[in-house]
Amino acid sequence: MGRASYLAVMAFIFLGTAWLEIGLRTRVYRRWRRLLLTLLPVVVVFLAWDAYAIAHGHWWFDETAITPVRLPGGIPLDELVFFLMVPIASVLTLEAVRSATGLAVGDEGPSSSAPGGSAEGAGAGRSGADPGGAA
Amino acid sequence: MTYTQLAVLGVLAVVGWDLWVLRTRLLTRRVFWMAYGIIVFFQLVTNGVLTGLRIVRYSGDAILGSTTPDDRAPVVLGDGRILFAPVEDLLFGFALVVLSLSLWVAWGRRGIQREPMAGPPLSALVPILARVGGRPPGAIDRASGGPLESPGSKGGGPADPPATTS
Repeated sequence: MGRASYLAVMAFIFLGTAWLEIGLRTRVYRRWRRLLLTLLPVVVVFLAWDAYAIAHGHWWFDETAITPVRLPGGIPLDELVFFLMVPIASVLTLEAVRSATGLAVGDEGPSSSAPGGSAEGAGAGRSGADPGGAA
Repeated sequence: MTYTQLAVLGVLAVVGWDLWVLRTRLLTRRVFWMAYGIIVFFQLVTNGVLTGLRIVRYSGDAILGSTTPDDRAPVVLGDGRILFAPVEDLLFGFALVVLSLSLWVAWGRRGIQREPMAGPPLSALVPILARVGGRPPGAIDRASGGPLESPGSKGGGPADPPATTS
């Protein structure tokens, strides 16, 4: 697949999770401001880790399998795509599980959050609480 | 520091971050571990491609296992590797996922686009989801407070669109 090899794996992650937005109504892309605020710190932290690892020779890349574009620190553009796609796929998965199970995640709002107790969250979403309507 | 040391530090950092800094406490929630189980399965698959095809290569000085060979794929299992990838990648991935999800939840707790909440799934998917362990058809939907399959069921927020199924 040549220089698109790495990006092809990223495309698989994107396409493999994007359907959740519709099929399980995850509403993650739709809440794009919250998503961007989530991605920004993650990208900063993990690009720093990536730059350190590349500078110290922890890992390197097959130059024939990635794009020729480099960010500061010699980080391949492909890696930036990785640090965007994996968090997005993770959030989509979390919201998909919430959608499918009704389990509480912890952001349901003051009325239904139950601080304390190690078993919190398990099944709390089935209580019929209506945080959305309470607002 | 080696990748091994950084990866362990990364896991410790995100555990403290989730439990005591942001206090999102995702690590105490069933929903997180169900999601992580799905994520780690696909991590093993996709990372297996990236490392097995040697698109990404590792130095034996930085990981528990040995350096990615120049002329062939690394071992599938053993020598500090799981499905071609260094075990350190599992710790790295865990840190990446926990940081991402804890931030996502923290913004929601602060009222940043808490709504529209996720769910319910398209009604066509409900029987399939019930079979793989999701909530059964007719279960109370957390977001709407109404039955899952009620035609007028909405996701909660005022900006919620009409249901896409007819």
